[in-house]
Amino acid sequence: MKSAESSFADRLLGRVRLTGLLSLAAPLLAIVFAGLITSVVLLVSGDPPLETLGVMADYGTQPRSIVLMLNYATTYYLSAVAVAIGFRMNLFNIGVDGQYRLAALVAAAVGGAVTLPAPLHIALILLVAMLVGAGWASIAGLLKVKRGVSEVISTIMLNAIATALGAWLLNKERLAVEVAGSNNIGTKPIPESGRVAGMAIIPGTEAKVFGLIILAVVVGVGYHVLLSRTRFGFDLRATGRSESAAVASGVNVKKMVVTAMILSGAAAGLIGMPQLLGSSYSYSLDFPTGLGFTGIAIALLGRNHPVGIAFGALLWAFLDTSSSILQLHEISPEIVAIMQGTIVLSVIIAYELVHRYQITAEQRRVSKELAGGTPPRVEGASA
Amino acid sequence: MEEAVISTSTPAVELAGITKRFPGVVANRDIALAVEQGHVHAIVGENGAGKSTLMKILYGMQRPDEGEIRVNGAAVAFRSPSDAISAGIGMVHQHFMLADNLTVLENVVLGSEPRKGGIAIDFGAARKKIKQISDTYSLGVDPDALVEDLGVGARQRVEILKVLYRGARILILDEPTAVLVPHEVDELFGNLRELVREGLTIIFISHKLDEVLSVADAITVIRRGTTVASVDPKAVTARQLAELMVGSELPSPETRESTVTDVVALSVRNLSVHSPDERCIVDGVTFDIRKGEVLGIAGVEGNGQAELVEAIMGMRPAEGEIRLGEEDISAWSTLRRREAGVGYIPEDRHRHGLLLEAPLWENRILGHQTRRPNVKGPWIDRAGARADTRRIVEQYDVRTPGIDVDAAALSGGNQQKLIVGREMSGDPVFLIASHPTRGVDVGAQAAIWDHLRAARAAGLAVLLISADLDELIGLSDTLKVILRGRIVADVDPQNVTPEQLGSAMTGAGEAA
Ligand SMILES: Nc1ncnc2c1ncn2[C@@H]1O[C@H](COP(=O)(O)OP(=O)(O)OP(=O)(O)O)[C@@H](O)[C@H]1O
Ligand SMILES: [Mg+2]
Repeated sequence: MKSAESSFADRLLGRVRLTGLLSLAAPLLAIVFAGLITSVVLLVSGDPPLETLGVMADYGTQPRSIVLMLNYATTYYLSAVAVAIGFRMNLFNIGVDGQYRLAALVAAAVGGAVTLPAPLHIALILLVAMLVGAGWASIAGLLKVKRGVSEVISTIMLNAIATALGAWLLNKERLAVEVAGSNNIGTKPIPESGRVAGMAIIPGTEAKVFGLIILAVVVGVGYHVLLSRTRFGFDLRATGRSESAAVASGVNVKKMVVTAMILSGAAAGLIGMPQLLGSSYSYSLDFPTGLGFTGIAIALLGRNHPVGIAFGALLWAFLDTSSSILQLHEISPEIVAIMQGTIVLSVIIAYELVHRYQITAEQRRVSKELAGGTPPRVEGASA
Repeated sequence: MEEAVISTSTPAVELAGITKRFPGVVANRDIALAVEQGHVHAIVGENGAGKSTLMKILYGMQRPDEGEIRVNGAAVAFRSPSDAISAGIGMVHQHFMLADNLTVLENVVLGSEPRKGGIAIDFGAARKKIKQISDTYSLGVDPDALVEDLGVGARQRVEILKVLYRGARILILDEPTAVLVPHEVDELFGNLRELVREGLTIIFISHKLDEVLSVADAITVIRRGTTVASVDPKAVTARQLAELMVGSELPSPETRESTVTDVVALSVRNLSVHSPDERCIVDGVTFDIRKGEVLGIAGVEGNGQAELVEAIMGMRPAEGEIRLGEEDISAWSTLRRREAGVGYIPEDRHRHGLLLEAPLWENRILGHQTRRPNVKGPWIDRAGARADTRRIVEQYDVRTPGIDVDAAALSGGNQQKLIVGREMSGDPVFLIASHPTRGVDVGAQAAIWDHLRAARAAGLAVLLISADLDELIGLSDTLKVILRGRIVADVDPQNVTPEQLGSAMTGAGEAA
C-alpha cells in the first residue's frame, strides 16, 4: 500500500509545497544552519568566523562585486532551470553540462562565420545554441523511450562524448582559429552585430551587467507559466508524480520524456550565451566548464521553483564572487565550496524539519479549535 | 461489554482514549476498543470514519496524539510496524504488497530473513515452515508458485501467511473482502475460523454488512472518528447495523425499468490481448453495449478483466476491433478515446485514478486535461477546474476539509467518490466502471448507484466490472461471464441468483 503521506523525494524535489510564512522559514533556517556549520569549519581551520563572513559580505556588496554576482547568477539560473525541467518529471538530466558546452561551441562558430543585421544575428546564435542543446539532450530521451536506457547513465556518457567532440571540433583544421596575442585557440570572434551590450545599471561602477540577464528572466517566467499554467505543464507534472496515472489519463509518456529532454536541453543550450555574447565573443579553451553541475545543486537549493532558483543562483554567485577576497586574507577560498555544499544539505534538512513542523502545528491548531468549542471544518466524517 | 464479565482472560488488544488529528480533520477521537482473545472482531463505519487510521495506529504505521494501546494487558508504544510485529501484531493491507515476479517463498521470506547465522538465507527451512503454517491453518499455499500466476484469493492467503510467518498472533485485515468474489470470501472466512480455532485474534474491516454478521464474534461501530457502539452480531440485523453507522437504510442496487435503446454505443469484436510472453490473457472477446445499457462482466478477478479494460482504454496493445458509435477507435490513443467521451473508473484508484500528492482540484483535471471546464485552449483554467471540483465534492458527498488538500489525505472511500464524480462529468457516452463502489460505505454506494442509473437513463452505455455480485445483478441489463480471458456464458440478470452466478464464474457452469 502506498503511504498516505508524501515521500521524502516528493518533499526534496518540491513536489509537495509548504504554505504561507513557513515557505520562508525553511530557507532561512537553512542559511542559519549552513552559517553555523561553516563557522565551525572556520574555527577548526583557525580563522575567525564572524570576521571572515564580514570580509566576504563587505567585498560582496561592493558595486563591482554585485555586477560580477549578477553575471554569474544569470548563467547559474539558466543552468538550474534546465535541470529543473527534468526534475519536475523525475528525469535526471545530468547531461546539462555537455549540452551547454557543445551548444556554445557550435553557436559561437556559427555566430563568427556569418554577418547579419544585429537582432537577426543574435537570434540566430541563440537559436543554434538551443537547437544543439536540444538535439544533444534528445539523444538521451530517445535512448530512454526506445531502448529503456536510464537517462542518468546516458547523459553522463554524453557528457564525456561532448567533451571529446568539443576537443575535436575546436581544432585549427575545423572550427578554431588562434586567439590573437595568446597561445589559446578559439572560434572566430563573433562580430559586433552578434554581440549583446552590457548594461551599466549598478551605480558606482563602470562594470556592466550582461544584457542577456533579460534572457534569464524570460526563461524563468516561461518556465513558471509553462509548468503551472498550461496543459503541457500539467501533463509533465502529472507524469512526474505518477506515471501510471498519467498514462491512464491519456498522457503519451514516451512523447513527454522526449519533449521534456528537448526542453531541458534547449534551456541548457542558453547557459553559455550570456558569457559568449556579452563578454568572450568566442568559444575558446578557457570557456567556463562545469556549470551544468552547479545547476543541479541550485535546482535542489531552489526546490525547482522559479523564484527559489533565482535566490539560489544569487546566493551561489555571491559566494563565488566573494571567495576571491579570501585569498588576500590568507583564508583558503575552498571554504566557499564547503559553504555551498553545506547550504544544499541544510536546505534539504531544513525543509524536512519545517514540513514536519507544519504537520504538527496543523494538528495542534485543530485540537485547539476543538477545545475552544469551534468545530474544525470537517470532523471525522461530518454528516 | 457483557462478555468481558464471563471471559476472565485479558483482551488481546485494548485501545483507550486514542485520538489522532490530521490537518483539518480529527480522524480518531477518544476511541475505546477491546478485542477479546480468539475473537473475530469486525470494525464497521462509513467512509472516512477513521477505521484505517485506527488500524495503522495499532500497527505502528502512525502514532496516536493521545491514548493508550495495550496488547495482552501490557501497555505498548509502537514507533514502527516492526515494533508491532515483534509484539505479535500483523496487518494485511487492502492493496497487496507482493512482488509479482517472485515466488511465494521469496515473497514471504523477503524482509524477514533470519538475522543470525551469516549471509545465506536458509530457504530449505523457510520452505518447511511455510508448508507447516499452510497445513496448520489449511491455507493451501504452495511455496514455489510464482505470485503472478495466483488469483487474488490466493494472493491474499499468501499475505496472511506472510504475516503468520513473522509470528503474528493478532491479525489486522483492512477490507480483505473488497476484491473477492463470494466463494473466495467463503474460503477466506473458513481460513479465519481455522486461525481463531488455533487461538489467534483477528480484527477486520468491511463495508459488507452481511459478511460481517456471518463471521464476526463482536462488532464495533465507528462514527465520525469515535466508537459509538459495540454490538453482538447475533443480536442485530444488517439494517440495524447500517443505521448505527450512517443512520440510513440499506440500499438496493435494483434497476427497475429498462432504458436500453437500439443504438450501439460501443462494439467490441474479437478483442485479444497477449502478455509479453505470448500468453493469451483476453481471448477473442466480442460484445455490444447499447445506449442506456449496462453490460456487466462477472468473473473471478484475474481472468482478463483488467486487461480487457486497459485494451478498451488504449493503454495496452490488443488485436481486434473496438468501435465507439460509428467510429473504429482501435488505433486511437488513450487521450483521443477519452476526448471522444469514454469515462474510466479504474479498479486500482491509486495506480490509475489519482495523483495522490496533488490537490483535489488538480485531480479533477486528470484524464480531462483537454476539456472544459479544466482548460481554455492550451491553458489550465484554474477557476473553472476549482469550481467544478467543488461541485463534485458537493454532489458526490466527498468528505474533505477542502479542495486544496492532497488526494492522499482522503479516506479510501472518499477518493473513490471523487473519481466517480469526475468520470461522470462532461457527459461521457460510454463509461467503464471497474468496481465503482469498491471500498465505499453503504450510504455512498447507494448514491453512486443512483448516479449511474440516472446517467444510464440519459443514454449512457456502461461496462460494469465488479466483484460484488449483488451490484452486478442489480445494475446490469446484460450479464456475461468471463473465465480465463474468454466470455463463457451469457446470464439473464433478471433470473439469476448470486449463487448461480458464482458457480458460473468458477467454470462450474461451463458445460451448461
Ligand atoms: N495522511 C492523512 N492526512 C490527512 N488526513 C488524513 C490522512 N489519512 C486519513 N486522513 C483523514 O482521516 C479521516 C479518517 O480516514 P480513514 O482513512 O481512517 O477512514 P476510513 O474509516 O478507513 O474510511 P474508508 O472506509 O473510506 O476507507 C478522513 O477524514 C481522512 O480524510
Ligand atoms: Mg480505509
